[in-house]
Amino acid sequence: MVKVKSLADLQNLKANLQTKVDLREKGDSAERLVQVRVAMATCGIASGAKKVMEFFIDELEKRNIDAVVTQTGCMGYCYAEPTIEVKLPNQDPVVFGYVDSKKADEIIEKYIKNGELVPGIIPVNYETIDNNNQ
Amino acid sequence: MTKYKMHLLVCGGTGCRASASDAIVGKLQKELDEKNLQDEVQVVMTGCFGFCEKGPIVKVLPDNTFYVQVKPDDAKVIVEEHVIKGRKVEKLLYKDPADQKEISDSKHMGFYKKQLRIALRNCGVINPENIEEAIARDAYAALAKVLTEMTPQQAIQEMIDSGLRGRGGGGFPTGMKWKIASQNHADQKYVVCNADEGDPGAFMDRSILEGDPHSVIEAMAINGYCIGATKGLVYIRAEYPLAIERLKIAINQAREYGLLGDDILGTGFSFDIQLRYGAGAFVCGEETALIHSMEGERGEPTFKPPFPAESGYLGKPTNVNNVETYANIPVIYLKGANWFNKIGTAKSKGTKVFALAGKINNVGLIEVPMGTTLREVIYEIGGGIKDGKKFKAVQTGGPSGGCLTEKHLDTPIDYDNLIASGSMMGSGGMIVMDEDDCMVSVARFYLDFTVEESCGKCAPCRIGNKRLHEQLDIICKGKGTLADMDKLRNLSHVIKDTSLCGLGQTSPNPVLSTLDNFYDEYLEHVHDKKCRAGVCKDLMQYIIDTEPCVGCTACARVCPVGAISGERKGPHTIDQTICIKCGACMDKCKFNAISIH
Repeated sequence: MVKVKSLADLQNLKANLQTKVDLREKGDSAERLVQVRVAMATCGIASGAKKVMEFFIDELEKRNIDAVVTQTGCMGYCYAEPTIEVKLPNQDPVVFGYVDSKKADEIIEKYIKNGELVPGIIPVNYETIDNNNQ
Repeated sequence: MTKYKMHLLVCGGTGCRASASDAIVGKLQKELDEKNLQDEVQVVMTGCFGFCEKGPIVKVLPDNTFYVQVKPDDAKVIVEEHVIKGRKVEKLLYKDPADQKEISDSKHMGFYKKQLRIALRNCGVINPENIEEAIARDAYAALAKVLTEMTPQQAIQEMIDSGLRGRGGGGFPTGMKWKIASQNHADQKYVVCNADEGDPGAFMDRSILEGDPHSVIEAMAINGYCIGATKGLVYIRAEYPLAIERLKIAINQAREYGLLGDDILGTGFSFDIQLRYGAGAFVCGEETALIHSMEGERGEPTFKPPFPAESGYLGKPTNVNNVETYANIPVIYLKGANWFNKIGTAKSKGTKVFALAGKINNVGLIEVPMGTTLREVIYEIGGGIKDGKKFKAVQTGGPSGGCLTEKHLDTPIDYDNLIASGSMMGSGGMIVMDEDDCMVSVARFYLDFTVEESCGKCAPCRIGNKRLHEQLDIICKGKGTLADMDKLRNLSHVIKDTSLCGLGQTSPNPVLSTLDNFYDEYLEHVHDKKCRAGVCKDLMQYIIDTEPCVGCTACARVCPVGAISGERKGPHTIDQTICIKCGACMDKCKFNAISIH
């Protein structure tokens, strides 16, 4: 671990990390990484997010799908926990709600493998600070 | 790898479903089958788009075309024009209310999105246990900017200009608070983050700490630089183990990266953060009580002045801000006070996070610009009332707030409007109630809470709230008189006027606001001994109608107190003096012979 000793250090670090994250998110034909984010706040975990995350980690590996599974905080859709976000290479992320192992299996088989959407999609209904430049 | 070339997303939210989205899915599928496109185009029903007013919604992927108010018969034209010929169906596009221009791409219609995420910008996006993901999304960039480009005075001025007000509920201008703390001189000052979130049904702060702890750490460091403090403390309730764990991980990672500790970014500024655990007392959300609790004293408030800015933790100048307030701060420095103060209303800037709960379809954590109306929050974002029932009231501000009704639905939400309507912003719990909720019982519920949580230091709160609760209980039991209602009101005012701290000064609010808005309901309880919502058990009776009763004895067997008697194959009766009104008999009866009166 290198310490961040100056403003320049922080800016370099940010640039590097952003490339790293971008690379992972956008991918390219050589690196077709699927990204799965599981909402793991207290409420998500209480409704079974941990199990879902383990399922994705185990099953994606077993089924030979090149993917990164990470945890994240609350996405805000408490009514539909556990919620996950799946990002296929070169596509906009899609949020799925009410995900249990059965649903997770369906998502892997249909959406991740074939790009076929499955019921349970939650449309993004908020604006982020990145595109709010009023 | 993708099998389908196109997707048609049909909104399956409750509102759109009511206006025939099922039929739309069916028709679209039928059209596609007829044209033999079922293997190329997929129709999927999704969750709520949060735009129920213009429902049903159909969104086409990958071009993001957004059709509104679609009727089942429009399926044909969507398939023939859009899917086959690639031409957008103009008449179904959303028209900008300002200039009546059609907008086709949902990415360019951000304004339909009622929510704007500032405090929650990284929640659900980054891995909270990985500082690198946070840094990639600009964490600590605001700290770097403040430390290298601004003097503490300039940074405080920026905060004042932004118009940010405390998100814990009081709404005191954050910049002013910092200015006062900065002007008091001492050998040591403290920055405290109030993470003692105690309102029933509120979980905004927990979600921020669990989803984006670095935003709070960064803002505390900025706060420290501004007021001249090198030590930060987070007062967090032990009931939030996951938030504590993630905060600890984040603090350690920030230390490893040199973003906390001595000589941050080579600027000579040092700052570090420690945690202090609270045992979950509601009163410790009050800043003086919080400070005493951190000092190891009893969690009781003391009279202000002196304010913590003069004499706080260990007698030193201390600045206390809430979690959500802090979460806003880095963005304000990165995007500028002038960006922030354009969002919101004249006196309340920015956004507010609400924990939307109760009888609402989309229970969740939302963040809306100040000035959004309750109607937009409940019907657009929240997707309306559960099971198609009638809206009755929404409770904001927790035990310190009040109930707002139908007539307040179009009031823009901000600090001042909510107070004028007899409630308050509070920390952001928002509990929606429908026709099945009894407002007298709701008031009693909140009093239950305050009686339990009163620290007992001052008499008006300790004794007054207890008496207030007793009066409400009498009314709920059907033993109230008109005189009791006067007593309720008088006592409420005395408690408000004479209590020491915010807890007592606001605890009668649920009573006063329900008295104002639902006087009829109180009267019914007192006069007619009737509870229209069927909640107050002492005011209702389970009665067996002898006509449909066939004497199957099912009710008598399920009754836990043996209150039901009758011959086999003969009509049964309930002895009201024994009945505990559990409702088991009514659930069991197959002949709908039992009803509530």
